[in-house]
Amino acid sequence: MIRGALFGCALLSIASTFTILAILLWQSATFFSMPEVSLADFLTGTTWSPLLGAEKQFGIWPLVAGTMLVTAIAAAFALPVGLVAAVYLSEYAPRRVRTALKPVLEVLAGIPTVVYGFFALTVITPFLHDRISEGFGTYNALGAGIAVGIMILPIVASLSEDALRAVPRSLRDAAYAMGSTRFDVSTKVVVPAALSGIMASWLLAITRAIGETMIVALAAGNLARMTVDPRAEVQTMTAYMVQIFLGDAPATGIEYRSSFAVATVLFAITLGLTVVGNLVLRAFREEYD
Amino acid sequence: MTRAAQGKAAGRSPAEIFAASAPASQVARRATDRGFLALCLAFTSLAVVILAVLLFTVWRDGHERLTWGFLDSFASRKPAEAGVKAPLWGSIWVCAICALAALPIGVGTAIYLEEFARRSRLTSFIKLNISNLAGVPSIVYGILGLTAFARLFGTVSADDPITIGDPEGLLYLRLPFGNGVLAGGLTLTLVVLPIVIVSSQEALRSVPRSLRAGALALGATPWQTTWRITLPASIPMIMTGAILAMSRAIGEAAPILVLGVPLFIRSTPTNLMSDFTVLPLQIFNWAGRPQAGFHELAAAGILVLLAVLLAFNAVAVVIRHRLQKAS
Repeated sequence: MIRGALFGCALLSIASTFTILAILLWQSATFFSMPEVSLADFLTGTTWSPLLGAEKQFGIWPLVAGTMLVTAIAAAFALPVGLVAAVYLSEYAPRRVRTALKPVLEVLAGIPTVVYGFFALTVITPFLHDRISEGFGTYNALGAGIAVGIMILPIVASLSEDALRAVPRSLRDAAYAMGSTRFDVSTKVVVPAALSGIMASWLLAITRAIGETMIVALAAGNLARMTVDPRAEVQTMTAYMVQIFLGDAPATGIEYRSSFAVATVLFAITLGLTVVGNLVLRAFREEYD
Repeated sequence: MTRAAQGKAAGRSPAEIFAASAPASQVARRATDRGFLALCLAFTSLAVVILAVLLFTVWRDGHERLTWGFLDSFASRKPAEAGVKAPLWGSIWVCAICALAALPIGVGTAIYLEEFARRSRLTSFIKLNISNLAGVPSIVYGILGLTAFARLFGTVSADDPITIGDPEGLLYLRLPFGNGVLAGGLTLTLVVLPIVIVSSQEALRSVPRSLRAGALALGATPWQTTWRITLPASIPMIMTGAILAMSRAIGEAAPILVLGVPLFIRSTPTNLMSDFTVLPLQIFNWAGRPQAGFHELAAAGILVLLAVLLAFNAVAVVIRHRLQKAS
């Protein structure tokens, strides 16, 4: 009896996955069955203008491009910095420094994302505008991207550090005995041995960046367009969903339905990355015991 | 006399002797090593600096607004009169519901997977599925909560709800749930469930096999072993994970936003169906306005949110400490 109840708990997680899938597919089907939209235009179109004008166009690419731009900026900042911090914590740092730094990363990881959004608006963007270029407006991709990067930094640092520390001591000792410096040991022995874990942490961080909502809704703006200019105002997939769910679009309207199609694309991308991450962990894992 | 002994006589450390006798390539490698250490220090201190600037900015902008009046007033169109009473109580209600739902389900799932499940296709599929769920963006969970809880899949019309009890009383129930605290709490349950499951699994795994073997050898059933031996031994770690999950829940704004909660609320929840808003959503609302007065409110709201998170973590530390002493 108890076993059955516990099994029921476990089944609940499967149920929620399939319910998400069913809802997204069913709502998207309703959206694509509307006369104004076609699946082909949605997947290939480069104009996203669901709210303005008489001619509504639903091409997903501007939203995907906005998401990718913000994610790329976040990744360019957080992946190298996070990895170097992890190498430092695991290979270089004295124990006292380590015990002082770990809580800093934990606090950074625990800060709600809306706080990073506020930080982007009140600190990062004004700094970019005053010091770097006048071209940075109130809403821009770089400010949001840096804030998202700060958000995923502790994920990369602590998960990569776990992977580095899992590498057996004997490998390091052997390399040191050959006269290697700590840099040699880190880059030629420890990092390659922990590569699967590092890659998995990177993929998880990128997944988080793609799905991040509150930072981009506050700091990236609401202008769906295809651009690689980091000063530009862009709209991500999540920011569009926020715009719709905050707005007063009627629940049966085409704009409201379109947000479910966007959510389906978002879900497909993040699920794909998570699955790839699991495969990477399994395929490239080095076993030492 | 060897070179090392000569060096010692000259008062040099072994490293200096080694460096002095090293060929040119080794000198270069040592320089690289030192250069990389400098890079490490620069990058790592960047994280510390960012945290310091963030906390400083929020404190500078918000501390003047942080009064009892701020905690005890409702939202207002005038920044000078606004407060966080409604979102603070909303967060507390939603978080309590989330904890009451997520803990039993999450720990139950972990117990099943670690103590009872046989190795089968279904078991490994459940495990894979949980790790995939952890990667789903929280705004997508909002859509699930909106459809499943707020609208009950459209089975009951929101215009003609089924109600039980008195709308003003504590035991009021309404189907569909609409955007009340129950729908919010259950939606957050879905968001944090993977965290609770994974951390509870780790907690159970850390209990030594010998404890279980001892209990089973004395004739205990598997469930008795779990309930009397394994679970008590893993409670401190489970609680730590649970508090981490609750910290995540209290900071989530996106799923609650999707539920469509009203932006202006001038009441605190009285029952499971009451309208509500949460702290992060109120902060989002204030931070998104152009006027400086609202930015100060956002900063003060962030201070309240961070204080709640700090309290959570303090509780986690105390629990861990007590239970470790007791066991």
